[in-house]
Amino acid sequence: MKKSLAYLIAAGLAATTALSTAQAETLRWARAGDSLTLDPHAQNEGPTHTLAHQMYEPLLHRDMAGQIVPALATSWAATDNPNIWEFKLREGVKFHNGEDFTADDVVFSLNRAMRPTSAMKELLSSVEEVRKVDDLTVHIVTAGPNPLMPNNLTNLFIMDEGWTMDNGCAEPQDIANGGDNPCVRSTNGTGAYVLESRAQDQKTVLKANPNYWGIGEFPLEVTEIVYTPIQESATRVSAFLSGEVDLIQDVPVQDLGRVSETAGLVVSTAPQNRTIFFGLNVGDADLTSDNVEGKNPFADVKVREAMNIAINRDAIQKVVMRGQSSPTGVIMPPFVNGWTEALDQYPAYDVDKAKSLMAEAGYADGFEVTLNCPNDRYINDEAICQAAVGMLGQIGIKVALDALPKAQHFPLIKNKETDFYMLGWGVPTFDSEYVFNFLVHTTTDELGSWNGTRYTNPNLDQLIVSLASETDLDRRNETIAQIWGTVQSEILYLPIHHQVLNWGMTDKIDFAVQPEDQPHIKYLKYKM
Amino acid sequence: MLAFIIRRIGQALLVLLAVGFVSFAMFKFMGDPLENLLGQEATLADRAELEERLGLNDPIPVQYMQYLARAMDGNFGVSYRVGLPVGEVILSRLPATLELAALSGFLAIFFGIIFGIYTAIRRDGFIAQTIMTTSLIGVSLPTFLIGVFLIWAFAVNLGWLPSFGRGQTASVFGVELAILTWSGFKSMILPAVTLGLYQMTLIMRLVRSEMLEVLRSDYIRFARARGLGDRAIHFGHALKNTLVPVITITGLQLGSIIAFAIITETVFQWPGVGLLFINAVNFVDIPVMSAYLLLVGAIFVTINLIVDLLYFVIDPRLQADRAGGGGH
Repeated sequence: MKKSLAYLIAAGLAATTALSTAQAETLRWARAGDSLTLDPHAQNEGPTHTLAHQMYEPLLHRDMAGQIVPALATSWAATDNPNIWEFKLREGVKFHNGEDFTADDVVFSLNRAMRPTSAMKELLSSVEEVRKVDDLTVHIVTAGPNPLMPNNLTNLFIMDEGWTMDNGCAEPQDIANGGDNPCVRSTNGTGAYVLESRAQDQKTVLKANPNYWGIGEFPLEVTEIVYTPIQESATRVSAFLSGEVDLIQDVPVQDLGRVSETAGLVVSTAPQNRTIFFGLNVGDADLTSDNVEGKNPFADVKVREAMNIAINRDAIQKVVMRGQSSPTGVIMPPFVNGWTEALDQYPAYDVDKAKSLMAEAGYADGFEVTLNCPNDRYINDEAICQAAVGMLGQIGIKVALDALPKAQHFPLIKNKETDFYMLGWGVPTFDSEYVFNFLVHTTTDELGSWNGTRYTNPNLDQLIVSLASETDLDRRNETIAQIWGTVQSEILYLPIHHQVLNWGMTDKIDFAVQPEDQPHIKYLKYKM
Repeated sequence: MLAFIIRRIGQALLVLLAVGFVSFAMFKFMGDPLENLLGQEATLADRAELEERLGLNDPIPVQYMQYLARAMDGNFGVSYRVGLPVGEVILSRLPATLELAALSGFLAIFFGIIFGIYTAIRRDGFIAQTIMTTSLIGVSLPTFLIGVFLIWAFAVNLGWLPSFGRGQTASVFGVELAILTWSGFKSMILPAVTLGLYQMTLIMRLVRSEMLEVLRSDYIRFARARGLGDRAIHFGHALKNTLVPVITITGLQLGSIIAFAIITETVFQWPGVGLLFINAVNFVDIPVMSAYLLLVGAIFVTINLIVDLLYFVIDPRLQADRAGGGGH
């Protein structure tokens, strides 16, 4: 009798706690852009991945602190053969339609992500084969050792093979060929939320997945997500101030004060995985946009140093960014492997020294050049450029500013049609190699596609390529440090600052800002 | 009459062809769609391959001819941004724009005519003066500011109306309409007022000046001399004769309400074709931009045709002219 009484009490307690956690909580969430497609391999783009992460899961994912944690894989390691990575899969996971999750689904999904129409294929370019070992073990075979394989898998979502084949979408969405397939409009993942309804650019509703494997492991306090893109920032902030939404991303810097002064609302801030900097054409014999004949002033490292110390990063942070940035001396954000405090130190602002450097280089009277700048891509991008124009004017460099929408600005860099440009760079793999591959290596068919500096250094290229297959991590890190040493002493780029992310939320929400700007709602908690 | 319509349709097709060609020629200045399509990690080989498959390396006239050939079959291509057929994307967005345009057009015409008549009849009254003064806001402030101001007043401070979106929709013969639900109707009020304010002011001022003109004319004086009542004179004689120019302007303005709801739709995140177009511009989504511009061209041409036909109905003199072989 006693025993059953205790049992009853325990059961009663369990029931009440179950009740309180099972309370229906709807999260109304807004950001500037909508997901472009529900096909998880068709776009490699932030908002698209963010929405997909709620419904689909990768093998490993980056949690709210940016750390790699197990998702559908429970453990992973390189095998004795350095070209093979082994992933142990989570047991008992079911897709939203009730199908079991197995190694076959992983093999199928990663192969799908390597198809020609996939936008994710570059992340798997080193993969030769994905092999099923048994139902819960998968081997990924790479061409040569790839120490960073796990970093590349955090946005590669696993689909159900049977469901995908039944729906006829073995190939990712292909805009050159009709574009449509059922996987663009519906989902079947293993994630914490199930798609309820979706109208593009309008509203997406997700409901909690009652069979999620992570129940008990994650807070999962939100039972319904209503996601609405609001692209006009004044409207987004208004909707937040008027209580129509509970969580917004992309709070404009000029409204931060207003939001945090409003009762019941808070702004959470964290450094973003994106650094803003200027690139210089250091490689060409002559510049097209300057007034110096037969010579390239940027080819002289003294000029680059003068420009580097003529930019007053503290003033840009204070005036242009209203404090919402962290000035830096290196073109990688702080989470990236290879980042050090010393590299991040930026040179002191010193106009006199800059002027004497200019004189030493033979440009005491300065020169003219055009700066290309985007005006709809980074936070206050055009204003930063305007500030830089004024600062460089102080040392005699007359800069003509040409600000364009991103769709016109970026081709200038990729086609090497600009001598002086602004660019921002995020590092999805959280490793320096990614920065070197795109921004430092000489432009070839495979590498250096965003290196607008025309800089080429065969020794450095060799070091960069060696990173891809170096399995001794200590030695690899030494090489990374060595490459950064050259990049910094050559002053290839003029770093400005790391961007800062701002999320606005009601004060009932307990949620940290994720450095990739990806809120994973399953981690969201409510304050009691 | 029939010959007139046929001739106008022929002209309309020429206009559409020209619109299409001009817009196509402009797209290469819009930027590079491949940049958005491929993402930052793409290699040069990926780029070349996609460019080839999309036919983007063909010369512009060739691309335009191919586009026209496909458009004849009703195939407007696939949106680069959302990867779905353009015809379907635009059709799914069109009801939102049309219902918004209908409501704001109705508000503009209804209040425009009422205020216009009132301010014409009570020219020096205090209320008339107030209406005239405040209506200056409608013509002089940009739509964007009016929208943001309305949001600030009615959504943030008073909390009466939603600041964004379309609310609930109800399905009528498969078409989703917001105006039929309470939350949808509430969401429509602010965008409809924002969109219609300028047109309302315009119609009001037009009606007023036409009315003043007509009220001074001889036949109104004769009507008064005949001892007709104010009501009969103002509405039966004066108003009717002001309507021809009002209909022309209203018709054209209705076209621009539908076509240029872009700013209003962006401010209120109203999911119509205007918002679609803005997103297409940002993404260099050429198929959507081309189809949208053709659609806008078609709307204007159609409205012009209807306006021309309405003249015949309202003003019998035009029919007499044509019958007499005059014509312009």
